Amino acid sequence: MIRLEHVSKVYKTSTRPALDDVSVEMEKGEFVFLIGPSGSGKSTFLRLLLREEVPTRGRVYVSNFDVAKMSRRRVPRLRQSIGCVFQDFRLLPTKTVAENVAFALEVIGKPRNTIVKVVPEVLQLVGLDGKEDRFPTELSGGEQQRVAIARAFVNRPLVLIADEPTGNLDPDTSQDIMLLLERINRTGTTVIMATHDHGIVDSMRRRVVELSYGKVVRDDARGVYGVGR
Amino acid sequence: MRTSFVFSEVVTGLRRNVTMTIAMILTTAISLGLLGGGLLVVRMVDKMQANYAGKLEVSVLLTNDVSANDKDCTQQPCAGLRSQLDQTSGVKTVVFQNRDEGFERFKRIFEAQPELLKLARPEAIPATFRVSLEDSDRTDVIKQAFEGKPGVKGVDDQGKFLERFFEGLNGLRDVALILALIQAFAALLLISNTIQVSAFTRRVEVGIMRLVGATRWYTQLPFLIEAVVAGIIGAVSAVAGLVLFKAFFLDRITRNLTESGIIPPIGYLDILLVSPWLFLVAIVISATTGYVTLRLYVRL
Repeated sequence: MIRLEHVSKVYKTSTRPALDDVSVEMEKGEFVFLIGPSGSGKSTFLRLLLREEVPTRGRVYVSNFDVAKMSRRRVPRLRQSIGCVFQDFRLLPTKTVAENVAFALEVIGKPRNTIVKVVPEVLQLVGLDGKEDRFPTELSGGEQQRVAIARAFVNRPLVLIADEPTGNLDPDTSQDIMLLLERINRTGTTVIMATHDHGIVDSMRRRVVELSYGKVVRDDARGVYGVGR
Repeated sequence: MRTSFVFSEVVTGLRRNVTMTIAMILTTAISLGLLGGGLLVVRMVDKMQANYAGKLEVSVLLTNDVSANDKDCTQQPCAGLRSQLDQTSGVKTVVFQNRDEGFERFKRIFEAQPELLKLARPEAIPATFRVSLEDSDRTDVIKQAFEGKPGVKGVDDQGKFLERFFEGLNGLRDVALILALIQAFAALLLISNTIQVSAFTRRVEVGIMRLVGATRWYTQLPFLIEAVVAGIIGAVSAVAGLVLFKAFFLDRITRNLTESGIIPPIGYLDILLVSPWLFLVAIVISATTGYVTLRLYVRL
């Protein structure tokens, strides 16, 4: 599903590689925590999957895409098969909840009748039915993140990438978001989540890939955040 | 491609930067208006050249003495001059016009300007041979042969006058085109700037669009169409400006000249024929500028 082979990434502005000879494989339907301190290479890892960056060395595969080698023209196809959620939600403040979700489909040219059908479905899935016409500013942080998850999932991606999705949320709300991500994972979607949240990682007991100075230093099938931290 | 979506994005974009949009439209309009003015002058000169081709005359003006005393050109030196003109090779017709006829003609040409007529006296108008040539470029022959002869006050070459007039018009055209070029450069920078501002204010949207896999066309087309729409509105304003300029200014100041047939009038048809070029230039320039800006300065 996702495979990195001896991937290194060196940014022009830095002498130390952000990723250093990383080889990882993730299966379809897996739930993977990507952990490590700031600057350990988590974001670079995720950006490589999305082809926001190209690796300096090595190969990156997502589904059938040879991500590092593919032409620019095909990048949208790759991104349509990956959903993204961020710490800062990235909702459009001038659009309602339903419009924010519909936006993701509109800009990839989905027909209107598909949009009016699937948007309510996904809003129900994330537990926001009844709040379709609210604006993001009228919602709590947890609700905003649900909108972002709905937007990421509405096109039924193969992979959902979550970059510290609970970073701005209190523990209870974070738990709710994790339940939602688990539910999405159960539909067969691979979930990769970068996080600093010990509690969540420890309670979920899922695969943990730990990065440090750009290297994979740990890969546990049912891991915890770390001992003695 | 969902056109309704793209167009709603365009409208939002234009509204969001309304001051920039207005500046962009005005600059484009002025640039295109000047270009249109230049093109109209070109059409006018062409028309005049066609009008006057083969009709240009050389006037041999006679001295005051002859003008006053020889109304029918029966005495010397007038009769002699006429036969010499008739015999000169390349001369098509020679028409004698005495002082009274000349004055009548003068009155006809300037009937719209009574002030001028009040000042004019028949004594100021010399009797004249109006000589038309087979080849209107060969006026020098007449000038050389007859200037300075007894009874001849001077030889007036309409062609020379017309040449100076064309030079004036062409100068006007060049000034209009140069100003149009400078304005076009300003418009170009404004279009580029507006797109950059527009892309910046919409960076969150565009970021999301890229992330969910919108194609390059989907993310960039709204910006491009925004520029082209502004360009087209500019062209419409420029055409409207030319029509108003003609109706309220040009027609008034050139009425005498056009009515007496000295210069051809600029009609609404001329503006209509020039305007497609203005639209074409507006669309090509705004689209190219937009595309280049998006390529070079905006990472979408």
